[in-house]
Amino acid sequence: MIFTGKVWKFGDNIDTDAIIPARYLNTSDPVQLAAHCMEDADPDFVKKMKSGDIILGGENFGCGSSREHAPIAIKASGISCVVAKSFARIFYRNAFNMGLPIFESKELADAIAEGKEITIDSTRGIITVEGSDQQFAISPIPPFMEQLIADGGLMKHIAKK
Amino acid sequence: MGNTITEKILMAHAGLSEISAGQLINARVDIALGNDITAPIAIREFRAAGGQKVFDRDKVALVLDHFTPNKDISSAQQCKTVREFAAEHGITHFYEGGQVGVEHALLPEQGIVLPGDLVIGADSHTCTYGALGAFATGVGSTDLAAAMLTGELWFKVPSSIKFVVYGKMPKWVSGKDLILNIIGRIGVDGALYQAMEFTGETILNLPMADRLSMANMAIEAGAKNGIFAPDAITEEYVKPRARRPYKFYASDADAVYSQVIEIDAGKLEPQVAFPHLPSNVKGISQAGNVKIDQSLIGSCTNGRIEDLRIAAGILKNRKASSGVRLIVVPATPFIYRQALQEGLLEIFLNADAVISPPSCGACLGGHLGILAEGERSIATTNRNFVGRMGHPKSEVYLASPAVAAASAVLGRIASPEEL
Repeated sequence: MIFTGKVWKFGDNIDTDAIIPARYLNTSDPVQLAAHCMEDADPDFVKKMKSGDIILGGENFGCGSSREHAPIAIKASGISCVVAKSFARIFYRNAFNMGLPIFESKELADAIAEGKEITIDSTRGIITVEGSDQQFAISPIPPFMEQLIADGGLMKHIAKK
Repeated sequence: MGNTITEKILMAHAGLSEISAGQLINARVDIALGNDITAPIAIREFRAAGGQKVFDRDKVALVLDHFTPNKDISSAQQCKTVREFAAEHGITHFYEGGQVGVEHALLPEQGIVLPGDLVIGADSHTCTYGALGAFATGVGSTDLAAAMLTGELWFKVPSSIKFVVYGKMPKWVSGKDLILNIIGRIGVDGALYQAMEFTGETILNLPMADRLSMANMAIEAGAKNGIFAPDAITEEYVKPRARRPYKFYASDADAVYSQVIEIDAGKLEPQVAFPHLPSNVKGISQAGNVKIDQSLIGSCTNGRIEDLRIAAGILKNRKASSGVRLIVVPATPFIYRQALQEGLLEIFLNADAVISPPSCGACLGGHLGILAEGERSIATTNRNFVGRMGHPKSEVYLASPAVAAASAVLGRIASPEEL
């Protein structure tokens, strides 16, 4: 798959309370959750971002709670995918299970500024930056996880089995 | 080459005769847990996948503990969804109303989770049950849906970090201080994807309540699970509660660890995690003059009877400082009743405390103790992220019940030694 979009940068240890504060967890409606996406990290985020944009995080993105509302809020906001130096493990699992594309790159976050447009070619495992010759490799995804994505998430994978 | 306790439990549940870190396995689940926030999504996924019946009605636990007593109409709707699902499937371990407690205090107390179990929960603090010598890990709602449907789930076998703790813990130092100190040392991703195995002479004598507090916070270092080898203390805790067989596992002497970290508990003082990460830890002597607006004693980390006894010991014949809202949350109805019978509630009331029903509400900024802009709370909970307990510009300081009680009396972050 190919994703092209403008990046919004966030730092290390972006926790699930920052992605979707617990005060909004009295619903699991994707549209309502999306309205508060990243609110406690950047209150204006949903006003500024456009559909197809990309979140670029640092280390340990999505740490904290197991709430699947976090990847749901991101996906429903229109963000196409998340790139980070590393992901917290429950967030990583949840993203694959519910179908939010996520990619690991140790270098990208430090190499580019917010607002840059990038293209992620998940098949070739390469990220390119608009107006630059720079290329960044995506950390490979385990074959099992690739299968999960190909099947359309965990529940569809199970149904197939 | 030997195996760790974590590997052995996973191996047994995957039906394998060997296993190694990094391997992807499919394993049988003994208990699958959800709450009023995470279960509704799992139920939606379960139904969307055509689920007709849960794999085993005795092995699913549904606990309405987060936004309960129902805080608003939306929360009430979520609870209703779970309640109806529990009735439809005849879920044995369904808890609400006057029977509900904070899930990670309730499940061990009721003997629902046992040593040697493989437990998954759609709640990150599911790792608490590692205190009993179970493999327990937090997952998302879709994982819970899959486990409720099939009784199995996929796992990546984690490597293990071994913590060897020695020395006698000084007065006022508890399991909470030990785990805060460890998270301060290794960071919030210091054990990312790994198991944290707690061993050493200090651990051998550590009471179950302290072990539960420690395992509870393994996730705050990014760990998949925290685990203690079961022993005589485990047996004493589990035996009167268990209604099915359980098994003690132990790591082999030649088990492989990614890291071994030694800690001298004799040198510790009470610890405080400053905003906004659980790893931002200082010794109480370095805390400085931090005035507080609220002191919260409770949660799945520190809402057990042992925690309430420590707090009551400090609060007896004292009062919360004027301007400090002291909130005490007995974690389960059983603990609530114990506290009543032991006279602890009388002490809390005399100290001007608010006694909350068992609920996760205040810890995660849901209800029953929200902070306004600029306010500070000391809390015996497990997270102090931005906005965790209320306004994005409020602050949470994590500490033990002893420090939270002393701070309530003095109106600032303080050691019990100062009283």
